[in-house]
Amino acid sequence: MMDFIIANAPALLIALPMLGAFALPLVGRLGDSARTGWVLGVGLITFVIAALLAWTVLSGGPVLYTFGAASPADALPADSGGIPIRIVFTVDAMSAFMAVFASFVGFITCLYSVASERRSSGKDGYYALMLLLLVGILGMVCTGDLFNFFVFLEINSLAGAALVAYRIDKGVSVEAGLKYGFLSTLAGLMVLYAIALLYGQYDSLNMAVIASRMSYTMLDKVALALFVAGLALKAGAVPLHFWTPDAYSMAPGAVTAFLVVASQAGLYGLFRILFSVYGLTLSYVTVGWAVIILGVLSMFVGVTMAIPQKDVKRLMAYHAVSQSGYMLLGVGVGLVVLGDAAAMDAFGRTAMEGGIFHIVNHAMYKGLLFLTAGAIFLQTGTRNLNKMGGLGHSMKWTMLFFIIGALAIAGIPPFNGFASKLMIYESVFAFSPVIAVIAMVVSILTLASFVKVFHAIFMGPEQPRHADAGEVPKPMLAAMAVLALLTILMGVFPEQIVTTVIAPAADALIDQSAYVATVFGGI
Amino acid sequence: MIENVPFFCAGLLVIIGLVVIVTKKDLIKMVMGLALVEAGVNLLLVATGYISGGVAPIFTNAPSTDMVMPTVQAMTLTNIVIGIATTALLLSFVLVIYKKYGTRDVTEMRRLKE
Repeated sequence: MMDFIIANAPALLIALPMLGAFALPLVGRLGDSARTGWVLGVGLITFVIAALLAWTVLSGGPVLYTFGAASPADALPADSGGIPIRIVFTVDAMSAFMAVFASFVGFITCLYSVASERRSSGKDGYYALMLLLLVGILGMVCTGDLFNFFVFLEINSLAGAALVAYRIDKGVSVEAGLKYGFLSTLAGLMVLYAIALLYGQYDSLNMAVIASRMSYTMLDKVALALFVAGLALKAGAVPLHFWTPDAYSMAPGAVTAFLVVASQAGLYGLFRILFSVYGLTLSYVTVGWAVIILGVLSMFVGVTMAIPQKDVKRLMAYHAVSQSGYMLLGVGVGLVVLGDAAAMDAFGRTAMEGGIFHIVNHAMYKGLLFLTAGAIFLQTGTRNLNKMGGLGHSMKWTMLFFIIGALAIAGIPPFNGFASKLMIYESVFAFSPVIAVIAMVVSILTLASFVKVFHAIFMGPEQPRHADAGEVPKPMLAAMAVLALLTILMGVFPEQIVTTVIAPAADALIDQSAYVATVFGGI
Repeated sequence: MIENVPFFCAGLLVIIGLVVIVTKKDLIKMVMGLALVEAGVNLLLVATGYISGGVAPIFTNAPSTDMVMPTVQAMTLTNIVIGIATTALLLSFVLVIYKKYGTRDVTEMRRLKE
């Protein structure tokens, strides 16, 4: 049984949440507790499978899974002429890392929804869409096939758009959902156009095959531009960020925390295309600088747009844009020095590890912050900072979790945001001091804005209009507590996490030939 | 030259679709623009699978070099199905917005900004 699960983990990772989603309308008929148990069970087992898969990858190297083949590792059957003809999942350390934390955040947000959505109607659809969003993310990060990547990107976009628009009673959320769905579809079509351009030249959809045949012609450059534009749109990087504040602020709290991970799957796609498909054939200095400029712009524009916001979730959404800039910056620096082994060893690898570490840290603390915002909205019925105040008296735990999240996002030790930001500062300083200084200024602005938010929400005398705003139910507190605990643990023990998980992920991106060899079996 | 026409048409369709999305104010017309972009992408996909003098892939006795690759046709079909799903979802959003706001004009929708 155990061997079967480990051998088929990549397929189960997709199949299980999909089964969970499609069975929900049936399970929902059995009553509330059956549905809750079903969702949490499916979420937890998916996370366990992702963890098993990651353990297999970290201990035994990348896993290849061929759908429909006699043996899962048999991507190149004897009569295929050396071309993978089936849909292949290529799970290396980077994919496994993304899969683990995406399924973890998926489980936590479902746990939170159990309490936060308990009075809402239409829970069958809500949880089904949550699980489908999880399927989309896991598929995007695990697949080794470009067209399959596009299909999962569309699943991700459609489930995300439907979730953003889920509470349709005021109409504004539908407006945000339309915006999100429209732009995500456009991004998906750009990616598909680029895939068609690559397929037309290289006769294959497998990323490793395309990587091995890549000759960087004019059409490849056009395809690259389309990939970068489409995936940056999906990831919400400036100047393609304009959907993020609307979508993030209108979605229910738990959904927003999960949408952050959905955007990061877009970021993963961008890195995968840049490093594993194009790799060294790319004019990496130019493209690397383009990624760095995208990152610096995202950081700076995001934080300056966040400061004047009055809506607490809109403010956090702009901070999410700003934080994704750090990831782009770190990985962009790694891309610039991709062909230069000395510079890569000196600071490029650290920069990439910092950027990748920041992805998971951001998912933890930003998820935590969005969950606290959802808790505050549940108890007060408003997102307007000017209408809040004095909540520290009645919501002590939520306040504590908010403080942890806010200190982590501002990069204060000993929380996890500090660990990854320090890696980015140090390495980027060796690369270009000016950019490092900008990154630090952005951190200080982030801290300033969160001090303001904290003061507006929690400080001051108790307000009569929020007199009945007690503490939120236990499942919500538990979900926030887990994320807060991880925020602290990952800040206290960054060394261990970087060496066991992050460094293999960064190496998997840097070493393109290893990725190609996964499919071709060590040729 | 003549064999390149489908590729130019595909590019042209995408550009027309993008122009429609950017210039039109009516939400339904914007969704139609998105459908045009999609049609362009589909045309490009089908066009990449064309072999001059090739045989349909269902005819199994043909020499394999003469067969048109069925992959792109499968991809196009998949994308058409996905396109129907997205268009239906987006149009249902437009429907709800029209019910709530009484307008389909994007310039009159300011509620999100307030």
